Amino acid sequence: MIIGIGHYLTVGAILFTLGVFGIFLNRKNVIVMLMSIELMLLAVSVNFVAFSVFLKNLIGQAFAMFVLTVAAAEAAIGLAILVVYFRNRGTIRVEDINMMKG
Amino acid sequence: MIVQAVLFYIFAVVAVASGALVISARNPVHSVLFLILSFFNVAALFILIGAEFLAMILVIVYVGAVAVLFLFVVMMLNIDFLEMRSGFVRYLPVGAAVGAVLLAELVFLVFGWSALPGGPGGATASATGGLAVTNTRALGDIIYTRYLLGFQAAGLILLVAMVGAIVLTLRHREDVRRQSISAQLARARSQSVDVVKVPLGTGSSRS
Repeated sequence: MIIGIGHYLTVGAILFTLGVFGIFLNRKNVIVMLMSIELMLLAVSVNFVAFSVFLKNLIGQAFAMFVLTVAAAEAAIGLAILVVYFRNRGTIRVEDINMMKG
Repeated sequence: MIVQAVLFYIFAVVAVASGALVISARNPVHSVLFLILSFFNVAALFILIGAEFLAMILVIVYVGAVAVLFLFVVMMLNIDFLEMRSGFVRYLPVGAAVGAVLLAELVFLVFGWSALPGGPGGATASATGGLAVTNTRALGDIIYTRYLLGFQAAGLILLVAMVGAIVLTLRHREDVRRQSISAQLARARSQSVDVVKVPLGTGSSRS
């Protein structure tokens, strides 16, 4: 049995769906929401790499690297904002984040 | 080939299961650990498909930096996580509905997609783009030539992220004595050393 591109795309699709599902499920916990975003970015990387390998084109892997970079930067900034917010307000509940009253 | 298939299914199942546990674990620390497990298994999938460099980058960047950062923040913030779990059941139906629709769309797209030029191709030595070089070298050939601008932009993004994180979290505390380097350097001999002529037998009146 040959593992084709469909298998990898299915794994990526399931991981992406789990990420979206996690954002809906953990509506109060910002940390788990950030982790869900990381899962979604991981799924995107899986898709990029699968297409890159099975279409014999390396550009997908280059872009997967860029996705990784952006994911790392996003996690660093997001967690820094979270730490500052917790220091100022003493909570990270999502429904309490209404200072800006947008 | 059968070994590859078996390994693929093992790693894929573990990755998806730990991904499910990330979003459903009670303790966020467990969530982070399952996230690390998921990253490891996806890295193994990348190795199976022939993208070794990206797999190693994934392990180093995600497991070594991002996941540890998450773990650090989760443990540093003293939060009542059980209280945060309230409303978990309330959001379950809408989340499940959205997730099911999205998954159905994606799987339908995957299996309905047939215009694959060049056939399945297999996963052997195809990650090098058909060249007789290693995956890392082929990737470097692309990144440092065609995508040099993107590569530099990625570095700039990381720099901005680093500076932003430091600026956001650095706190100047007033109640802590700090070393004042400029004051130390500006100190002259005349301010600190006083040569006193002491008469014999009387002692110095200055202290």
